[in-house]
Amino acid sequence: MIATARRPRRGTGGQRVGGRGVAPLLLAVLLLAGGSAGSAGRLCAQQVEVVTTGNRTLDERTRDVASQLRCPVCQGNSIQDSPSELAQEMKGVVRDQLAAGRTPQEVKQYFIDKYGEWILLEPTASGFNLVVYLLPIVGVVGGGALIWRAVRKWTTPPETGAAAGPGPRS
Amino acid sequence: MNWKRASSAAVVAIPIIALLGYGLTLDPKEIPSPLPGRAAPAFSLAVFAEGMGAQHRASGDTVRLADHSGEVVVLNFWASWCLACRDEHTTLSDVSDVYAGKGVKFYGVLYNDVPNNGTRWIAEMGGQSYPSLEDPRTRTAIDYGLYGVPETFFIGRDGRVAYKHVGPVSATVLATKLDSLLALPAPGRNSSDSARSVPVRTSGQ
Repeated sequence: MIATARRPRRGTGGQRVGGRGVAPLLLAVLLLAGGSAGSAGRLCAQQVEVVTTGNRTLDERTRDVASQLRCPVCQGNSIQDSPSELAQEMKGVVRDQLAAGRTPQEVKQYFIDKYGEWILLEPTASGFNLVVYLLPIVGVVGGGALIWRAVRKWTTPPETGAAAGPGPRS
Repeated sequence: MNWKRASSAAVVAIPIIALLGYGLTLDPKEIPSPLPGRAAPAFSLAVFAEGMGAQHRASGDTVRLADHSGEVVVLNFWASWCLACRDEHTTLSDVSDVYAGKGVKFYGVLYNDVPNNGTRWIAEMGGQSYPSLEDPRTRTAIDYGLYGVPETFFIGRDGRVAYKHVGPVSATVLATKLDSLLALPAPGRNSSDSARSVPVRTSGQ
């Protein structure tokens, strides 16, 4: 039954593949033709794009790193969001260091060396800091277990007779 | 049974209460500095206020930390708009005079301010015995992990940050810290041109 059901599908499938295969082939030929003619233009466009997005990329990387660093003045804000002058200067340092070829991690390490790990809005998930990440999970799991136990207790009908008596308490 | 429950609850609750209690003893505004014990960040800053007497430096001179190898340096970050800086100004000037001949250099570093305001403020305060330096774009302040003014850094003869004081510094704190730093032996060699090479120098002793 299954085998017979598969055969016709294969047959029709093969025909369909053959029929549909023309379209991708034609598309490929057209693309190749168009591509060879316009390849130079596309390359130029790509190069222009790289040049024009060079600064934007630096801005984006600056924003990304600055969003992870705490403002020493506002303390609750990142230096990306803080309007304080110190935050703006720190953002300038981030930008300068990224422009000089330092990696985002190296830039963050520079600020950690100056201000300590406090400067990171999100503490690194290692050592004692793991408590910050694990405690909520433990809380949720533990709380869930307590609630589950309580709900079970409330919803379980009380046993009748001597089994539910004060026996276990004595 | 009840005792069992109570002890289980206590096991959970006591550490949480202890953690919260410990948190209450901390000042959330205070940022613990990782700098004490480490090599002081090198700087090269121009003098805008000359100072007087033994601490005098000509306006426009460049002060480099590397030039003070083997000396104790007190670096006080301040600003003309900072009210607390007024409280410590006379103390710093007086103590600077006392320690000028003992191998201690005092420098003020203007934070987030313009030299004209700084010069006017110093004149208004009746002068300053030690020179003040300008810190364009607060790069040195950031290098020292500054988050407000006044902050004072004590740099030992070995080029390491020995102590950081946040807020107005008193004469007692200055004297205590400076005496303890002067009591330490000076490093053997002064061949370094950068404070960052200090760990190599000390490890060779």
